[in-house]
Amino acid sequence: MSQFHVEDGRTSGPNHNDRVAGILLVEDDPSVRTGLELALTRQGHSVTTFATGEEALDHVRARRPEIVILDVMLPGIDGVEVCRRIRKLDSLPIILLTARGDDLDVVVGLEAGADDYVVKPVEPRVLDARIRAILRRLESASADRVSFGDLVIDRGALKISLNGREIHLTPTELRLLLELVRHSGQVLNRRYLLRAVWDHTHVADSRLVDACVQRIRAKIEPVPADPVFIHTVRGFGYRFSPP
Amino acid sequence: MTWVPTGLRARLVITFLLVAVTASAMVAGLGYQLVRRELLDRAERAAVADVRDTLSTVTLPVGASDVVWPSDSTVTDDDLAGLVNALSGPGRTVIMTYGDLQHTSPGGRFTMSDVPDQLRWQAGRRLVYQRLRIGNQPWLLVATQIQRVNQSGAKRATGLTAYVFVSLAEEEGVLFRLRNALAQAGGITLTIALTVALVSARRVLLPVRRLGVAARALGSGDLHVRLPVRGKDELAELTATFNETAAALEHTVSELRTLESLSRRFVADVSHELRTPLTAMTAVTDMLTEDAAGLPDDAGEAMLIVVREIDRLRVLVEHLIEISRFDSGAAVLRKESVDVGDCLADSLEMRGWADQVKLTMPVGLTFSLDPRRFDVIVANLVGNALQHGSPPVLVRARVDRQGLEVTVRDHGRGIPEQALPHVFDRFFKAGSDRARSVGSGLGLAIAKANAELHNGTITVERREPGTLFRLGIPRS
Repeated sequence: MSQFHVEDGRTSGPNHNDRVAGILLVEDDPSVRTGLELALTRQGHSVTTFATGEEALDHVRARRPEIVILDVMLPGIDGVEVCRRIRKLDSLPIILLTARGDDLDVVVGLEAGADDYVVKPVEPRVLDARIRAILRRLESASADRVSFGDLVIDRGALKISLNGREIHLTPTELRLLLELVRHSGQVLNRRYLLRAVWDHTHVADSRLVDACVQRIRAKIEPVPADPVFIHTVRGFGYRFSPP
Repeated sequence: MTWVPTGLRARLVITFLLVAVTASAMVAGLGYQLVRRELLDRAERAAVADVRDTLSTVTLPVGASDVVWPSDSTVTDDDLAGLVNALSGPGRTVIMTYGDLQHTSPGGRFTMSDVPDQLRWQAGRRLVYQRLRIGNQPWLLVATQIQRVNQSGAKRATGLTAYVFVSLAEEEGVLFRLRNALAQAGGITLTIALTVALVSARRVLLPVRRLGVAARALGSGDLHVRLPVRGKDELAELTATFNETAAALEHTVSELRTLESLSRRFVADVSHELRTPLTAMTAVTDMLTEDAAGLPDDAGEAMLIVVREIDRLRVLVEHLIEISRFDSGAAVLRKESVDVGDCLADSLEMRGWADQVKLTMPVGLTFSLDPRRFDVIVANLVGNALQHGSPPVLVRARVDRQGLEVTVRDHGRGIPEQALPHVFDRFFKAGSDRARSVGSGLGLAIAKANAELHNGTITVERREPGTLFRLGIPRS
C-alpha cells in the first residue's frame, strides 16, 4: 500500500497559495499516481494515494480527506462507483480523472455526484486550479439565514434544511444554490454559473451546471421532475424563484 | 406508382395495337363482305323467283297467238291492275306496261322515269335486276317482259313488261346492325389489346425498372439490395447477375470497411495507450521545468527539450483522439444559445491571445452552437494565424439571415495557391517553413470536422497580403 504523506511539501511553486489541501488520489497506474502525487505535493498539497477504489473507500471512512481525485478507470470497482459510494457517506468534493474524455464517462460521473472533472493528460497547473476553486467554495459568504417556505438556507453555517430536516449538499451544490439564491428571480446563464461556482475562466463544459442542478433538485425539490425552486429557462440557463 | 412512359413501353403498345387493329379489321371486313353478299343475293333470288313465279301464271291473252301487237290485244287496264295486284306486296312498287297501257301499284312511289333506260331496254329480252338507291333508300328493281313460246317453239316477247321495286331496307338494317356489332367488337378487341399490351409491357418493364431502382440504391451505398429472381428468362438471368454483382461488391466493401475501421480503431487505441504514459510525464513537466535551471547547462537544455517535446506529444495525442472520435462517428453536438462575443473573448483570453488579436463584432450577438466545439474551431484558426501568419490578426463575427460567419485574417506571406485546397488535409504542411511547426498538423482538419458537425463550412482564400479563413455556421 503506497500511502504517502508529505507534511510540508510546499516550495516556491508559482501556483501555491495559503491553502493546503488534504488530497486523496486514487489512480491505478503507478507512474501517473506518483507523477501527480509529486506535482500536487510540490504545489503544496498533502497527498495520500491509493491504487484501488476499495482501499480508498476504507480510508475515506477512517480519515476524511478534504478532497478526492478519482481515476475513472480502476480495477475492481470503478471510479464512478467509488464516487457514488462516497456520496452516500459524505459530501466531500470529488474531481474525476477521465482517461478517455469520453462523453458518457463525464455524464455518468457527474450524475454520480462528482463536482468537476479533468481529462488526462492533465497539466498539474490545471488540476491545481480546479482543486483550489473547489476549496474556495468551502469558504463562504455572509453569515445570514434566508428561508423560502420550507426551505431554509444558512449561509454562514453552509447548511440548508427542508421542513426542518437538514439536507447535505456538497460544497459545489451549495455554492451553486447560493449563487442562484443571491440572484433570486433572475435568469443566470451557464457561462456565468461556471465562472461564479467553478471558477472556470475558459470555455467549460456546461454539463457541469446541468448535472449539479439535477442533483440539487433531487435533494430539495418535492417533485424533481416538476421543480418549484430552480426553474430551467430553455436556451438560457436557470432561475431561482421560490414558490 | 408513377408511370413514366418509356420507349420500350410505347413500342410494345404500338405494336400490339397495330396487330390487333389489322387482325380485327381483316376479320370483320371479310365477314361483313361475305354476309352482305349472301344476304343481298338471297333477297335478290327470292324477289326474282317471286316475280318469275307470279308472271309464269299469267293467263292474259298476250302472245298466245301470233297476234303480237299490243294494239291487237284485248288486254285492258283492269288486267294490268290484276297483275300488279298479284305482284305487289309490302314494301314493293309494281309498274306494269303493255303498249300504251301502264299501271302502277296503288301508293307506288315510282314512275317509269325511275327505271334506268338501259334496264328498260334489257328487260325486253330477259329478266334483269339491279340494285338502285332511290331517295336514299336501297331498292332492288326486277324487270322483265313476259315472253311466250309460240307454236314453232320460238320465244316471243309479249310486250307486257313488269317492273318490280323491292325494298332492301330490311337487309340494309340488318347490315347496319352487323356493322355496329362489328365496330363494337373491334372496340372491345382494341381495349383488350391495349390492356394486354400494357400488362405485358409492365411484366417486361417492371423487372427492368426494379433493376434500375436497385442499381441506383447500390450506387448510393445500399449494398444489401437484392432482387427476387422469378422465372427463367433473360431478365431473370440479368437479375441473378445483378444480385451476384451486388453480393461481390458488398463483400469487397465490407472487407475494405473492416480494414479501414481496424486501422482507425488502431489509431484510436494507440492514442489512448499513449495517453497514460503522457499523463505521468505531463504531471511532472512543470517540476522539471522549474528544476532545469538548477542543472548543468547541457543537462538543463536536454531537460527543456524533453519537456517541450512532451508538450507537443500531448497536443498531438489529444488531436489524434479527437479526430478518431470524428472518424468513428462518436462526436456529438450539444448546442445551446450563447453569446458569440463572450465565447470568442473567452477563447482568446484563455490562451493568452487577447492582446495579439483584434476582435470586431456587434455587441450581444447570440447564436445557437456547441460552445466547446466553437472554441476548438476558433482556437485552431486563430492559433494557425498567429503561428504561420503575421500580425495583425483580425477576427470578425457577424450573424445574418443564413447564420453565423466568423472570419480570421492574418497579414503574413500567405499560403501558396496550389496548397490552398489541401490546408484542411491531415498532416498537411504548406511550404518548407511550416515543416517543423509546433502544431500537430491536425488542427485545421479538426476545425473543419467541428464546423461540419454544425452543418457548417470553413473556407480559405488568399488575400493581399495574408490569408482569410471563413467559418460559416447555418441557423438550425
